[in-house]
Amino acid sequence: MEKKVYLDNAATTYVATEVLNEMMPCFNVFYGNPNSIHSFGREAVGLVDRARDRIAKAIGARSNEIYFTSGGTEADNWAIKGLAHAYAYKGKHIITSKIEHPAVLGACKALEAEGFEVTYLPVDQNGLVSLAELIHAIRKDTILISIMAVNNEVGTIQNIKAIGKTAKENDIVFHTDAVQAFGALKLDVMDMEIDAMSLSSHKIYGPKGVGALYVRNGIRIENLIDGGHQERNRRGGTTNVPGVVGFGKAAEIAIRDMHIFNQKVKSLRDYFVKEITSKIPYIKINGHPHQKVNNIVNVSFELVDGEAVLMMLDFEGIAVSTGSACLSGATEPSYVLASMGVEPELSQGSIRFSFGRSTTKADIDYTVEKLVEVIEKLRKISPQTKAGRKGDK
Amino acid sequence: MYNSKVLEIFKNPKNVGIVKGANGVGKVESSVCGDIIKVYIKVSEDGIIEEAKFKAFGCPASIAAASVAAELIIGKTLEEANMETSARIVEVLGGLPEEKAYCPALAEEAIKAALEDYYKKKEKELKQ
Repeated sequence: MEKKVYLDNAATTYVATEVLNEMMPCFNVFYGNPNSIHSFGREAVGLVDRARDRIAKAIGARSNEIYFTSGGTEADNWAIKGLAHAYAYKGKHIITSKIEHPAVLGACKALEAEGFEVTYLPVDQNGLVSLAELIHAIRKDTILISIMAVNNEVGTIQNIKAIGKTAKENDIVFHTDAVQAFGALKLDVMDMEIDAMSLSSHKIYGPKGVGALYVRNGIRIENLIDGGHQERNRRGGTTNVPGVVGFGKAAEIAIRDMHIFNQKVKSLRDYFVKEITSKIPYIKINGHPHQKVNNIVNVSFELVDGEAVLMMLDFEGIAVSTGSACLSGATEPSYVLASMGVEPELSQGSIRFSFGRSTTKADIDYTVEKLVEVIEKLRKISPQTKAGRKGDK
Repeated sequence: MYNSKVLEIFKNPKNVGIVKGANGVGKVESSVCGDIIKVYIKVSEDGIIEEAKFKAFGCPASIAAASVAAELIIGKTLEEANMETSARIVEVLGGLPEEKAYCPALAEEAIKAALEDYYKKKEKELKQ
């Protein structure tokens, strides 16, 4: 069989067997509607409650502060719009950053159209939001701060605790998109003074189509879906029982194995970076030098295009992703890298490698071997040269 | 996203490199995406393109389009080469995603630029 190497774990992961095993009976054995009061329904309620407890425990929250959603994008949209609407009586100013996930940026854009004002904080070359700039941006009418815990493209970890403290001191609601952080670093909503937090299941070896929004008790939020009593009347619709059960199990495992996971991917990441830095000239590692998660590495390969690298690696069975994407006739260079001051030409040649539980050293060796060939091949095709550089042949 | 023909050409592009003794060179850069295509041609005394090669910095579509563009003009007269369009390149590629329309257009521009460069050089020669 053709060799396959999956290095796109930040996009999604496979469903862990332990997770799948807990999900399976929910399809055809415990299939009751959790809203029904008979024994079938009660059985399902028990499973959903346990899943909710597990998510709550994973982030140091109470179970009644966890609202299941269809995923991270829904959680982000609900948080931004729902909190903004609920606090609009106090003001109409929101602070976020330029490198948020499109779900947060898109929701902010929608609010701007409604008359809200949004400040998009810049980041430094390492992808960090400056606390001083955040404090400077706070106004009397600021009602919400939303800063992601970990950036999905470069892996930089924000100073969430300090941001949470600042928000609290200024009596502003604080939301964080922790989709990429969950399972990679310890999240404690009490300690970090987080009022709302978005989570997703399919990045942590759980099923797709399920996520959660944590909302601290006492924080107001507009209902997302009316017409059902599910999720404390705030998000109606019959609960996706297999999904939430899988998510709960995935969260439990992610916390249980976090230390082992981090050690494993860190050694693979460090080895990978050492290998490519010594074997491929003219590359740049993007992101914070140390304040970053261990499972993501973003690399710019000079003189080549990222999509071309991605496809060439795909021919070899290696799956990676690129931050830039050609959309409707114009390549949008990654807005995350652009915000970090990475020049467009370097940004165009950027690739995100994200490692996972099943990644092996042999996978890394194979990837490095193919990467060396692919970059050399594309640089030979490239007309771009810099004095004395390899492409200059 | 890409059909198998595009991928095959991208995987093994033809006519990559620099033509030694080229008498026409065209380099164009896309203002929308930053892709760059450079085409080298060697035109014979009787106005036939004997050799054509390219270099490209860009996505798979740009590289495949440049490969096809060079292939299309080899052995053609200047007049014929001038008539090769992006539509023809897309036809040879068996279609491209809509959002990649600028790639064959860039390849066409690169050919035109190389031809223009040749004409300019020729004109200069004649004046001397």
